[in-house]
Amino acid sequence: MVFGDIFAVFVLHQNAARVGASLSNASHAALAGDGAGVLKHFQDVGGFLENRGTKVDTHVHIVAFGYLALMLALLEPWIALSRKAKKHLTWLFLFGAGLLPVCVFLIHYVGLAYSPVETIGWASIFADLGGFFVVVAVLGYLTGLLKHFRSGERGAVQDHLLADSSVPGRLLLAGGVFLVLLGFFYGSYYAARDLYRHEALDVSILSKISTGAATQNAAAVDRGLAEYGQLQGDKAVKIAAHAHIIEFGLLGMLLAFFQPYVNLGETWKRRWAFVLLLGSVLLPVCVLLELKYGLVAGGLADLGGLLVIVALLAMWIGILRYTGRLDAGGPS
Amino acid sequence: MSGARRLLLAGGIALALWGMGYGLWYAVFAEHQALDEIGSSLAAGFAGAASRNSALTDQALLQYQQAKYVYDRQVDVHGHWIGLAMVLIVLGIGLDRVQFSGKIKMFLSVSALLGAFLFPLGVLLQTADHGNAPRAIAVLGSALVIVALAAFALGLARKSAA
Repeated sequence: MVFGDIFAVFVLHQNAARVGASLSNASHAALAGDGAGVLKHFQDVGGFLENRGTKVDTHVHIVAFGYLALMLALLEPWIALSRKAKKHLTWLFLFGAGLLPVCVFLIHYVGLAYSPVETIGWASIFADLGGFFVVVAVLGYLTGLLKHFRSGERGAVQDHLLADSSVPGRLLLAGGVFLVLLGFFYGSYYAARDLYRHEALDVSILSKISTGAATQNAAAVDRGLAEYGQLQGDKAVKIAAHAHIIEFGLLGMLLAFFQPYVNLGETWKRRWAFVLLLGSVLLPVCVLLELKYGLVAGGLADLGGLLVIVALLAMWIGILRYTGRLDAGGPS
Repeated sequence: MSGARRLLLAGGIALALWGMGYGLWYAVFAEHQALDEIGSSLAAGFAGAASRNSALTDQALLQYQQAKYVYDRQVDVHGHWIGLAMVLIVLGIGLDRVQFSGKIKMFLSVSALLGAFLFPLGVLLQTADHGNAPRAIAVLGSALVIVALAAFALGLARKSAA
């Protein structure tokens, strides 16, 4: 999340501007009949898009693996494997979950240097290896879970974490489910109203730009470029809002189960739950408003992301206090 | 452990594995080629405009459109299968808090799991068939997931009220 926030503030908009400028340069090269210039500027566009894409992928994969790790931690009592096997699977999962995002991040910088394959660089190869490790580890957990289902003691495992029904836990669970549902509804609305329209517009605007360039109509090219920028912005904010509201909802639901481990006063636990939900709403809503209200909405969206991070950090500190108390021999 | 919880947990992890396996296959064997095709067709379209060759431009942009259509769906499918799988796992973990009978919980769990599998599958099938059948599968899948989740939310609210 911290990586995503840094990326949003320092890279995302600057990168979008560079992509737009390179596309504009390519269009004007086409207008001037400069075929070599077109190819050169499209190489720049490809480079900027790769830079952006790998950073978005890094952010998405780190967060998703983090969620999955939390879920597997909650499922741990039901995994019928030896302690040693579970430990090995955990390390394999964490190693793969760390390797994949780091290598995805490096794809743009390493490129195809010393690669044995024509199209895939070393960073991609190691990222895929990280993904493979995660798949193997999760497969191991699934095997352990199925073993538990087949064993005679499948009803015997009791976990007090799941039985907790404190106010912050209920708040996070209800808020989380609500956010996920809201995200689902918004995704359906986007698919029904905008998805195909956006796809059709994408090609028709590019066609307009290239026709303008071929007929040496500079005004049509510039108009097309402006429309294309608007379209990309519209698409990006809608998809980002859909993804973030669901991810934050999922996080809220997960954190609801960990509340007994958060060693903070009840009032503070409630406050942090509220801050997390507030940030979870603020970020996607303000991302959606970015096209209309520009940097003000963008700044508020970043603030929303920061609120989620701070609340998560506070809960993490609470969990550290809990484990510290256990280490000191206090009551669990 | 109830049957509904077993279904959500095992089904959710299996679906996550399926989505990851698909993503791994896609990253190794298809993604780079797809990105190359999108980039090269777009560049060819503009190069055609530079040489005032409108036929070349039209052909290249058509190729771009088709490649982008397939790429967007193939990437979305990976994200949606895993994302929905995580929702199923969390629902399975918290199922005891849902205030419905075992039968209703089982029915909702089957609906959620079926929908979570069918929705991305319908999206993926659109890359092979542009007709209405894949769209209908995607719509049916998403409707199943949304209705099941709304019902689970209702069950959670009933518990809280009690």
